[in-house]
Amino acid sequence: MNIEAKLGLDVFKIDTEPHILIDHEICQVKCEIRYCLSICPAELYTLDPQDKVQVNFEGCLECGACFIACQHEALAWHYPRAGYGVQYRFG
Amino acid sequence: MEKVEFVVVGAGLSGLATALVLAEAGAEVLVVERGDYPGSKNVTGGRLYLGPVRSYLPDLWEEAPLERRVVKERLTMMAPGSSITAELSSERFRNPPFPSYTLLHATFDRWFADQASARGAMVISGYKVDDVLQKDGKVIGIVSSGDEIHADAVVAADGALSFMAEKTGLLKPRAAKNYAVAAKEIIELPPHVIEDRFGVENDEGTAQLFFGSLTAGIHGGGFLYTNQASLSLGLVLAIQDLMDKSGPNLSNEESAFSPHNLLEAFKDRSEIRPLIADGHSVEYSAHIIPEGGFRALPRLFTDGMLIVGDAAGFTLNLGVTVRGMDLALVSGVLAARALLRARERADFSSASLSYYETLIKESFIWEDLKTFQHMPDFLSNPRIYERYPSMACDLLEQILWVGEGTKEKLSTTILRTVRQNLFRISVLRDLFTMRKI
Repeated sequence: MNIEAKLGLDVFKIDTEPHILIDHEICQVKCEIRYCLSICPAELYTLDPQDKVQVNFEGCLECGACFIACQHEALAWHYPRAGYGVQYRFG
Repeated sequence: MEKVEFVVVGAGLSGLATALVLAEAGAEVLVVERGDYPGSKNVTGGRLYLGPVRSYLPDLWEEAPLERRVVKERLTMMAPGSSITAELSSERFRNPPFPSYTLLHATFDRWFADQASARGAMVISGYKVDDVLQKDGKVIGIVSSGDEIHADAVVAADGALSFMAEKTGLLKPRAAKNYAVAAKEIIELPPHVIEDRFGVENDEGTAQLFFGSLTAGIHGGGFLYTNQASLSLGLVLAIQDLMDKSGPNLSNEESAFSPHNLLEAFKDRSEIRPLIADGHSVEYSAHIIPEGGFRALPRLFTDGMLIVGDAAGFTLNLGVTVRGMDLALVSGVLAARALLRARERADFSSASLSYYETLIKESFIWEDLKTFQHMPDFLSNPRIYERYPSMACDLLEQILWVGEGTKEKLSTTILRTVRQNLFRISVLRDLFTMRKI
C-alpha cells in the first residue's frame, strides 16, 4: 500500500493555515542531511527542484517526529488549530 | 476571565484520571482537549496492563470498552528470511484478575471522559491551549485564542510533545535519542476470523512483539495486538537511529528506512501476511514515544503546575513488555491526590506540590523506571536487532533442515555457529551490560 492510499484511510479536517512552517534560510544553508525527508511517517516532506524542502502539512499525523529530528530549529511546528488536523477514529 | 480550581490540559489517560479523581473528591476541574473528541489525537500501540492500575482506580473496569483480554503472549525474533517465535499460553492469564487488555484509544478515551464527567468534571473538546499563563514564576492558568482561564493549579497532560512542560522550563531541550516514533495500521477482520487465526476464544486476545531484522538495525520493534474486530499492527523506531541511517545524499536507498517503508516491508513478511490477509486497513496513525526512561525524566512540578503521563516521560520499554498507559493512569491519580492535599492547605506552591513527586517516588512508577534505567542503553545496541536474531534463526534452521545428502552432527553445527558468532569481544561486552538490566 502506498503512502497516499494509507493517508486516504484517515479523516482530516484541513485548515487553510499551515501549522508547520519551514525557515528556508536555515534549512537550505545549515542543514545538509534533511532528516525530515525520511523521518516523517506520512512522507510529507519533499525536495523541490530548487533544493528547497517543502512540506505538505495537510496529511500531518501530528506525531512531531520531524520537529524532534530537525537539528537546526528550522521548523516552526505547532499543533493545528482546534477543530483541524487528523481525527483518529481508532487510535 | 474565568477562574476554576483546576485545569487539566489534554483528555488522554493521565489527564482524565487526574480529573476523575479530583471531581470525585468534589473539586472543580476543567479538562481541555484540542481534538474534536477525547482520543481523537491519541495513539496507542494497543495494550493496557491493568495489574498495576486496579488498586489506584478500582470499580471502573467492568464496564470499560476494552477490546480483548490478552491470554497469549508471543515474542518473535526476526532474521531477514526466518524467525523464531516463543509463545506463552498460560492458565494464569486466562483467569481473573486478567493482567492486560488490548484497547483502541478513541473508543476508550471517550468512555473515560464520560466517566470523569459523570463524577462532575467538565470536559471541553475542540479547545486548544496556546500558552501557559504565568505570574512571578508561578503558573496561574492557561490562554486559548486570547481567552484566559485562571486556576489554582494546572495539570500538563498534553502528551509526549508537551509544550506545557517546555514553556514552563520543566523539560530540557528535546534530544532525539530520547524519543521513538511509532507508525501503526488498524486492519479490520471479523471477530471469528481473528479468533481462528490467533487460536483464542471469545473476548480473548493475543499480544505479539517482534524484534530483529524488521527494523534494519534500528532500535525498535514491531507489535501486533488483536482487538475485538481489528488488528493493531505497527512499528516503533528510535528517532536517533533513523536519523543516523540518513546520509547527506538523499537516495532511494535511504528512504527505504522510512517508517512507512519499514512498516510495509513488515506487513509483507510471511509471518504477518496470512494473519492480515483479506483484512481492510481503516486507519494509519503515527505518534512519538518518550523512551529516555529514568535518566531523561523532567522535573515533575513547579509552582502551580504538575506534569503527568507521556508529558512526564512515564513509559517503560523492556523490549519484551512495553508500557505507558498504566503509568499514565497512575500518575494522573497521584497528581490528583497531591492536588487535593494542596487544596486542603490552600497552598499550590512548588513546595506543596512537591508532594506529587513524593507520591511518584513511593509508587511502582519511580521504582520500575529506576530498576530499568539501563534499558534504553541496552536496547540501543544494534547487535540485538541484527547479529543475535540472525544467529539464533540460522542455527535453528540448520538444526531442523533435512536435505539431500548427509547431515552433520548437531554438536558440530552448534559449535560452529557459536565460534563464528559469539567468540568476540563485543559479545563479552554485551553479556557484561546485560547484568545491569
